[in-house]
Amino acid sequence: MASIWEYANPLKFMRTTEAALPFIGWAAALCLVCGLVWGFFFTPDDFRQGSTVKIFYVHVPSAMMAINIWVMMLITSLVWIVRRHHVSALAARAAAPIGAVMTLIALFTGAVWGQPMWGTWWAWDPRLTSFLILFLFYLGYMALWTAIEDDDTAADLTSILCLVGSVFALLSRYAVNFWNQGLHQGASLSLDKKENVADVFWYPALVSIAGFVLLFFALVIVRTNTEIRARRARALLARERLG
Amino acid sequence: MIALLNRDLRLAMRAGGGFGLGLSFFLIVVVLIPFGVGPETSLLGRIAPGVLWVAALLACLLSLDRMFALDFEDGSLDLLVTSPLPLEGIITVKAIAHWLTTGLPLVAAAPVFALLMSLPANGYFALVLSLLIGTPALSVIGAFGAALTVGIKRGGLLLSLLVLPLYVPTLIFGAEVARRGAESQPYTSPLLLLAGISFAALALLPFASAAVLRVNLR
Repeated sequence: MASIWEYANPLKFMRTTEAALPFIGWAAALCLVCGLVWGFFFTPDDFRQGSTVKIFYVHVPSAMMAINIWVMMLITSLVWIVRRHHVSALAARAAAPIGAVMTLIALFTGAVWGQPMWGTWWAWDPRLTSFLILFLFYLGYMALWTAIEDDDTAADLTSILCLVGSVFALLSRYAVNFWNQGLHQGASLSLDKKENVADVFWYPALVSIAGFVLLFFALVIVRTNTEIRARRARALLARERLG
Repeated sequence: MIALLNRDLRLAMRAGGGFGLGLSFFLIVVVLIPFGVGPETSLLGRIAPGVLWVAALLACLLSLDRMFALDFEDGSLDLLVTSPLPLEGIITVKAIAHWLTTGLPLVAAAPVFALLMSLPANGYFALVLSLLIGTPALSVIGAFGAALTVGIKRGGLLLSLLVLPLYVPTLIFGAEVARRGAESQPYTSPLLLLAGISFAALALLPFASAAVLRVNLR
């Protein structure tokens, strides 16, 4: 019975992911191109928002990824703390910059959309604010990784920071609700709600979300494998110096 | 533990640089604000609760990197870790000592500084109360950040990048209590949430800090 822990072996992880990488990469490209082209050119303009609604096909997926990447880092950090698989710690490290970029994309597209729609680039709305805070958490996490020389120490410290940070990020998320002046709309892509967007917008959005997820997988695989190779090269050099 | 507390307090008072520094920094920030936004009393009074909270938070941050770094450099941290006291207890004591030397003076001085910021008269009680309840959380959270960066040379900047986002919930609720107090609104619910954050941080974070410190001393 194959278990997921077999992939804790870096060699096995690399072999499997390298084999899967071209498929994931091309699927990501295909989904992104389809989703975005479909969204940009083949959907009607919204009757109130005009063509600005189209930025939604970039904004929503990147915002979803920004949160989910942090959750993925949380899980891989936990796996590192509990089972001490190096691949897991490296995957968390590899995911952080991608998450930061996704947060930035979400903030930027949101600002570009908000300017004509809300009449402002930025408002201290709970959702916007918590995304900014999330971005700060990503920055701190990455800074801690680069500041510590010893790899295992860095992995330990950053994963504990990720755990503590998650609690505080969640706290901040609900703390900013206290201001109670939401400008941002509520969820509109849930599977079971009435106030969902119409199907014409929903399907291309789904495709481009899939594209973002696949893109994230491809990038994480590349970055993790690079990290494994870099570490192996460093180990070889160290051995040569000893021998 | 009492001995450790006494030692830390005495060190902070006598070694210079630590004790009055946070307070002076608090004063400087409060003095700078009117230069930045202009001396209008009504405007100052409106922003006073938030400014005082941010200033208190920055003053707390200033002395954090000394919490473990000095003991780490001269080796007494290793001695403390090998002592029979649990590491979690040591960290809690150190956080309490930090609070007594920076947080408590801030709380005591806050009314005077609030006068400089022309805080409305009915806001004083809420401001002092919120600082009294909120600043222990700042010290405990700061202890976690200090433990994270103890082995890093010139970790001060990194420390602020790591700790400031963690301060956000405390700041939001603390400033909210002070603001509502100044505007004579009921402030029980943010006050309770602030107290919740303080107590939860005091109860749980020392474990994370101890884990981090053990990794750093490995």
